[in-house]
Amino acid sequence: MSNLIFMPIIVPFFIGALLMLFAKRHRLQRIISGAASIVVLAISIYLAAAAFQNGVITAEAGDWAAPFGIVLVADSFATLMVLLSSILSVACLFFAFTTISPEREKSYFYPFYLFLMVGVNGAFLTGDIFNLFVFFEVLLLASYGLIVHGGTKYQLRESFKYIVINVFSSALFIVAIAWIYSVTGTLNMAQISERVAAMDQTGAINIIAVMFFIVFALKGGLFPLYFWLPNSYWGPPAAIAALFGGLLTKVGIYAIIRMFTLIFYHEPLFTHKGLITVIAGLTMLFGVLGAVSQFDFKRILSYHIISQVGYMVMGLGIFTPLAVAGAIFYIAHHMVVKTGLFLFAGAAEKITGTSDIKQMGGLFKTHPALAWMFFITAISLAGIPPLSGFFSKFPIILSGFQEGQHIISAVALLVGLLTLISMMKIFGYAFWGEQKHGEAAAKLSIGKMLLPAAPLVVLTIVMGIVAEPVFNYSLQIAEQIMDPSIYIESVLKE
Amino acid sequence: MEIAMSIVIGIVFSVAVYMLLSRNIIRVVLGTLILSHGNHLLLITMSGLQRGAPPLLNFNEESYTDPLPQALVLTAIVIAFGVTAFLIVLVYRMYKEHELDDLEDLRGSIDE
Repeated sequence: MSNLIFMPIIVPFFIGALLMLFAKRHRLQRIISGAASIVVLAISIYLAAAAFQNGVITAEAGDWAAPFGIVLVADSFATLMVLLSSILSVACLFFAFTTISPEREKSYFYPFYLFLMVGVNGAFLTGDIFNLFVFFEVLLLASYGLIVHGGTKYQLRESFKYIVINVFSSALFIVAIAWIYSVTGTLNMAQISERVAAMDQTGAINIIAVMFFIVFALKGGLFPLYFWLPNSYWGPPAAIAALFGGLLTKVGIYAIIRMFTLIFYHEPLFTHKGLITVIAGLTMLFGVLGAVSQFDFKRILSYHIISQVGYMVMGLGIFTPLAVAGAIFYIAHHMVVKTGLFLFAGAAEKITGTSDIKQMGGLFKTHPALAWMFFITAISLAGIPPLSGFFSKFPIILSGFQEGQHIISAVALLVGLLTLISMMKIFGYAFWGEQKHGEAAAKLSIGKMLLPAAPLVVLTIVMGIVAEPVFNYSLQIAEQIMDPSIYIESVLKE
Repeated sequence: MEIAMSIVIGIVFSVAVYMLLSRNIIRVVLGTLILSHGNHLLLITMSGLQRGAPPLLNFNEESYTDPLPQALVLTAIVIAFGVTAFLIVLVYRMYKEHELDDLEDLRGSIDE
């Protein structure tokens, strides 16, 4: 039973390694990688259900007992993230089948894709801080391969910057690990938490906490370290951009939430209510202002990633069970919706041949299905009531006012309004107005492209209409992660 | 000993940051390389440079050297090696495509 935790890491790893042998046979690769991703999805559903019913599941690699060996921990939060990442990986993979050119498929697209999932799932599940670094590197190396995949001039140039920035943040990650090891003498996250609790979070520990925050803020795209994000997500094909936009920054956010609920939770006045809340407000504001000022479909969406990452961190910063539950709900909502929007941007680009919304127009007339699906996800992103965006923002902002954090709550409301404006800008330019694409493009059938994105649209509607069970699930997760003793006891078995 | 090492690490880090901030792409790659060296030194130093016995049973020693940092450094070296190899290939391809090695010229325009 507990060995099943290894499966979301092992299955894509071995399948990815196997697919390297059949690099030139792209049809075979499609079948095998599609099957593998569905298997991982099935396992992750089972894991999420098991963790929900039985509490935290742990597995020790090689039977080395907990503080000494590497331990994998599947609590509800980790399994939810694995589940979400598996959903996104299936959607983006099936979108890639119809949009990626065979030349790209033949140059190791699917192995890179599966190795990315290895790193992502590993980073969610691991309970060892150095192992977290290793899985971050696995996912980053795969993402370097994917972001430059195809090797256009634009991609080569922007990937270089993306890689250098990530190498630098990985260096800071090692520095932070070296420091925490020198202070606590352990790498097991549960034991670090115990020892930090025993020695009071003062002086050096606060500095280490801030260092970890900087590292994950760089990966997660928080103010002022988000500058790399919009340009580098513009270059790769839509399927990859969608996966990155939905998934990669959230790994950083997951790590921030894990660190600041499990280990560095003793000084909330300094870390949570001071540092994190201020950064969250600035991230939201600058991200959405970037989105409002842009006229490029994919760049607008990229800037929205930044502003919405701010909401998640704001939920953590307010640090009540209600707010953290809101943040978790928001992560689920955002991952689903943002991936969908990037896929629709890819479909719109396929039709019109551009991603500049000023040169688009009239898509509503020629492709009504795309327009409606985009409309639903866009208003969900902006937080219009019957959809999941509203029910995930509501608890965050509500608890902000309850806790007397009026400024940040007001900023969050303003940002919601500006999100709506920039989404309506896309809709007004690209979907309404004069038809600017030719007749051949107007007849282009995109049903096959929309099919993989359809489940994401359905998910955002379902998460909105039956918000109560979803919210109760997030609340349960929030209560679980805000009580570190649950995690510690299940890992160290005391 | 740890203090001396810390000073050395500080120098290595500042050299690396200086290289990273330069405009030439090869210098930036070398900067990441030096940065990773600084990291590995830091990882070894931070766990204490003890000169105890090797961590084996049946030595009957008072103190043992901590073996874990060496495993960590080995892992980190391998990762840095892989990333650097990838980065050098990427820089070569980028130079081939753009025929530029100055990052100021590789800024890119807003409307492309």
